[in-house]
Formats: sequence, structure tokens, C-alpha cells
Amino acid sequence: MTTEPITKVSIIISKGSLEGVYPGLIMANGARAEGIEANLFFTFFGLDVVHRKRHEHIKLATVGNPGLHMATWLGGVPGMATVMTHYMEHQIDKLDIPSIPEFVEMIADTGAGLYACKASVDLFGLEKNDLIDQVQDIITVGEFYERAAGGQIIFT
Amino acid sequence: MTTTSIAGHTVDVNDEGFFVDPNQWTEDMVPALARAEGIDDLSEQHWQVIRFMRSQYQEKGTGPTVRVLGKTSGVTVKELYTLFPKGPAKVAAKIAGIPKPRGCI
Repeated sequence: MTTEPITKVSIIISKGSLEGVYPGLIMANGARAEGIEANLFFTFFGLDVVHRKRHEHIKLATVGNPGLHMATWLGGVPGMATVMTHYMEHQIDKLDIPSIPEFVEMIADTGAGLYACKASVDLFGLEKNDLIDQVQDIITVGEFYERAAGGQIIFT
Repeated sequence: MTTTSIAGHTVDVNDEGFFVDPNQWTEDMVPALARAEGIDDLSEQHWQVIRFMRSQYQEKGTGPTVRVLGKTSGVTVKELYTLFPKGPAKVAAKIAGIPKPRGCI
């Protein structure tokens, strides 16, 4: 069996939580570091990552997240998401991993393509102006598939 | 591991083409190593990155990732990808005769 190296990836980010966003960003950045062509497609709550007013306020999910190993009721205590997010951001910063806005800017600088999902933009009543400058275009799912042609698609 | 000849020197490289022993590297190999990576014209900025990779490796025992390069080499991430389109840290490490930098960011 021959193993062809991966030359192109298109990564979909559909979640708007801290833990839902970082993996896709790390994979996109890591692809570029390997010389692999990369596109990022932000859909549904993943749009927050490229939303001017929201990209600095992406929180860790403390409710319905068994990975945190804390009592269910505790996750819903007012302020808990903020406290846990600060803690996680601190840990992330200690490892010199950039914050989400800085990371997205860096990924755009690597030459990766950043796109927003048209259906989601319409659903949330947004416009191109609501999104950060690094977003190249608002595209339909069909256009996404066109841009993803010849590569792997990763959904997160 | 294989043995290869670069600019008249015999060196040991791994499967990916990285130097097994960074001490076998000499600066006169750089043009040939760069050409093998598709870089025909080495600019002053290419040299700046290559020398930085080398000095960081000597200091820390590992080469910097793109993120670290962008923050500390004096060359921005955007410029780094223009200089080394196939992956700045990876390609510059190969040309600088140091192991491939390990790091997820």
C-alpha cells in the first residue's frame, strides 16, 4: 500500500466553545507548518471565532461537559464559565499557545483561507462587516466543497 | 538513515532529509540544501532565519516552531511563509542542518 502525503485540508469549525475551537485552529496552523494547504470554514456557533465583538469572549463549556469532572450543578453556578475560562486561558498562555484572536490572525498570516458559512451568517443576521478582516469571503456549502476539492475535509 | 552528498560533503540524513548529526553541517552547504527545497535565490532574510534556527538549536537543543520564529526571529509569520512556502520552521530547520522542530503550535 502506498501512503500519499496529505497536501490539502479544509477544516470546519462548528462549535463556539473554547474546547470546541482550539483543536481545529491547532490542526489548521499545524497543517500550514507542514507546508499543507489549509482552509478554515466557520459555521454555526463557530462563527464567533471570526466575529469582531465575540472572538475575545469565547468560553469554556462548564455545563454538560463531563470532561471537567465536576458536579453537574456546579457547572451552572453563575460565573463558573468565566472562572473556568480564565483558568484554562492561563494554562494555555503558560504553554505559549496564543489566545483565539491572536491565533486566528496568525493562521491567516500563514496563508490559510478563512471563510464564513453563508447559511449561518444569514441565520444570525450578520454582515461581512461584523466579521474580522481576515475572513476572505462568506460562502455557501457548495462553494466550500469547490474550495475543498482535492483535499481532506475535517469537521470539528 | 541514509548517507548523502551535499556540496562535496558526506552527511547522514534521516528518512525526511533532516541531518542526523547537526555537527556535520557547514554554512557552505546552505545553497545546495536550499535548492533541494526549491529555494534558488537565498535572500538576506533567508539567511537571518537559517542562522537564527541554528543559534536557537545550539542554545536550547531544539529548533523553534513557526510561532516562536514569528515572535523572536525578527521576521513576521507572513514573511516567513513567503520565504519558506512549504513550512518555515520545517524547511529552515532542514537547511540549517538541525532536527525537525517538535511542537504543536
